[in-house]
Amino acid sequence: MSEAHAHSVAYVRDTMLPQAAPPPGETGPLRWMRENLFSSIPNAALTLLSIYFIYTILAAILPWMLGGIWDAGSLTECRAIRDERGLETAACWAVINERWLQLLFGFYPIDSPLLARLFYADELAAAGGMEAVFGAGSNATARIEFVAQMRADLGNLVVFFFGYWRPLLALALLVVAVAPVLYSSLPRKMLVFSLAYPFVAVFLLWGGTIWGPMLVALGILLSLGVLRVVAGETNALLGMLAGILVALMIFLNPLAFTDLGLFPLLPHVKAMLDSALPLGLPAIDSADFGGFMLAIIIGTSGIVLSLPLGILLALGRQSSMPLIKWVCVSFIEVIRGVPLIVWLFTASLLLNYFLPPGTDFDLLLRVIIMVTLFASAYIAEVVRGGLAALPKGQYEAADSLGLDYWKSMRLIVLPQALKISIPGIVNTFIGLFKDTTLVVFIGLRDPLGLVNAIRATGEWNGIYWELYVFVGLMFFIFCFFMSRYSMYLERKLATDRR
Amino acid sequence: MKKTAFLGTLAVAGLAASIASAQSTLEQVQDAGVLRCGSNEGLAGFAAPDANGVWSGFDVSLCRAIATAVLGDPQAVEFVPLTSQTRFTALAAGEVDVLVRNSTWTFSRDTDLGLDFKGVNYYDGQGFMVNSDLGVASATELDGATVCIQTGTSTELNLADFFRVNNMSYEPVPVATNAEGQQQYLAGACDVYTTDVSGLAATRATFENQADHVILPEIVSKEPLGPVVRHGDNLWGDIVYWTLHGLIAAEEYGVTSANVMELASAPTANPEINRMLGTEGELGAMISLSNDWLVNVIAAVGNYGEIFEQNIGENTPVGLARGLNAQWTDGGLLYAPPFR
Repeated sequence: MSEAHAHSVAYVRDTMLPQAAPPPGETGPLRWMRENLFSSIPNAALTLLSIYFIYTILAAILPWMLGGIWDAGSLTECRAIRDERGLETAACWAVINERWLQLLFGFYPIDSPLLARLFYADELAAAGGMEAVFGAGSNATARIEFVAQMRADLGNLVVFFFGYWRPLLALALLVVAVAPVLYSSLPRKMLVFSLAYPFVAVFLLWGGTIWGPMLVALGILLSLGVLRVVAGETNALLGMLAGILVALMIFLNPLAFTDLGLFPLLPHVKAMLDSALPLGLPAIDSADFGGFMLAIIIGTSGIVLSLPLGILLALGRQSSMPLIKWVCVSFIEVIRGVPLIVWLFTASLLLNYFLPPGTDFDLLLRVIIMVTLFASAYIAEVVRGGLAALPKGQYEAADSLGLDYWKSMRLIVLPQALKISIPGIVNTFIGLFKDTTLVVFIGLRDPLGLVNAIRATGEWNGIYWELYVFVGLMFFIFCFFMSRYSMYLERKLATDRR
Repeated sequence: MKKTAFLGTLAVAGLAASIASAQSTLEQVQDAGVLRCGSNEGLAGFAAPDANGVWSGFDVSLCRAIATAVLGDPQAVEFVPLTSQTRFTALAAGEVDVLVRNSTWTFSRDTDLGLDFKGVNYYDGQGFMVNSDLGVASATELDGATVCIQTGTSTELNLADFFRVNNMSYEPVPVATNAEGQQQYLAGACDVYTTDVSGLAATRATFENQADHVILPEIVSKEPLGPVVRHGDNLWGDIVYWTLHGLIAAEEYGVTSANVMELASAPTANPEINRMLGTEGELGAMISLSNDWLVNVIAAVGNYGEIFEQNIGENTPVGLARGLNAQWTDGGLLYAPPFR
């Protein structure tokens, strides 16, 4: 400190003041409220009005939701309990408590032999043992009664974890399979499992012997192998033809008019292996699939399959080859110009008239194909938007590097175009996932269809909001996750705006 | 030459395919070991699943009866849920073997759609429900009312007819499902809710204050509901027809699930019962079934009266009186042709 000021000014502070707290009203929630909620009279009025609105809504809903009744056998019992407690309104969550497994899995059969062996051994022995209850010649009515009693005694949680282990395992493995695709920090080797996952999932969900999915996977590998070998030996066109021919011989019958009976190879080999080594799980029919499991199966298959198809369509639409361009344009326009519900009706009703009588073309598979085609048309347009947004210089730069078409697309154009398209793509996926509820109109038992079925029972007839609130909540959880992930991905890929 | 050979093989292949498809419905069901029954997605009293996914209901019982007749097992049924839009197409396309989905027997459905209705398992009719505060005692006093009505159903047309004939006006409030109609009616969006009387009764049974709502006495339409099969396969049609009427006749002659085994063990004094239960004559063989087919059916699901009381009778939540669905001897319309 210099001495100079000591004479020219009356007072010079020569020590630092200790830091003081800001004055009251300038800090903490009070200041935040003043700045954000009550900064002016109109704003204050709006704030009070909003608070009043929120209060009115919550005052109506919260007592109903929180005062809900969880333990009752029917709507009538619910009402009796409510009156007993002297409540004005109360949600009857008991219906969710009783039926949540049905809303999640539909009529997918539980693994009752496993449950009986693990938790119900004494009663099983009393009923005559495994063979007498679950054996081939056993009485179906007695078995149903036994299973009903067992479910009632074990409770829903045990049934959830052990009775439905197949769909649960499939779901857990789905997370494992999808993780390396979603998060690039995971080891790339996990992608091998991602590729194998569809076959694992089909085996777990539909059951049957292990040979079916395994042989399909082998057939695809074999076709690809032949394609590569022949393409390496001769040229790409011959290789592709050879690969297609091998695939046809394995999966279809290219010589249907001859009476050889040798092709397609797959069923023959499968029958052979099935009889030699019948390894597998009990087969389950698609008709038994339902609930959120159905929404997730249709949704994920549609999402996974429609993205590559949509990208190909978008590229095809920009192609300079007129034939490819026209095919892609007409496909996109036709699919997009017709409502999804019409395609679903086509899949469920019209297709049967064209297929040879007696063809057993699984309804669920038909629906997945239709949903995939429908979503891919939308994805194609979203991706085309991304492609159009790229400056022309990027295409020219790729060409000037001497890259061929596929390389320039893969290395230069698509990474940028897809990044721009992420919000649109995820938007389409969320829409697709919610659209899966439309399958209720063709008689598949999606969550909304099950709501109708549950409402038709004597116990729960007349219940309304509780079931729909539950279904809505489940859908919200899935869609919210998807939208959060897309925001994460955008942040991560926002390289140019950092 | 080559071309002719190719066409020839095509023709042979086509012929083989058509022979394969000419398998009768009965053979198909017996080969598959399961009856595919087109059923409602859920209708109170008629078809609903319990917590274990086992279906029960009035229509469901008829499916189980047919399955027992053909396969000997009431559980050997696959219930294919069908909406009112898809039901007839699904049957015509062969996705189900029989349709028991509270479908009204009408002229055009029976003829133009190429289907056959095989009897009536429930005689229904359209009615009206109003709040008793309205002070209305008859449907003819409903001039100017707002009416909740399910769109796309025959009830919509019946409603228009009824009001036109009686020279009255109404304001429709369209609803998509029974659940929605129920909510709209309770919320006061409409004065009147109209649908089949069985549906009205089931709906009213779920209300908190049932006494506040009255179902008006007028029935404005005929809704004979029955099982449906495809045109052409007469043997299959006969099986469905006689299974239903076997249940009806069993009630008429007092054969129940409790006493059927006893009655079938030895010929009784009533020759009609003996022929039904196979202790006399060879009736089962005439429809390619075993002679004791009806014994198994009644033992498994009971007779018509038992099915009715169990699912929609007065002691159930739906609480329907027999009314038109009583035996002809009790003033109803149920009349099974003789088993002879």
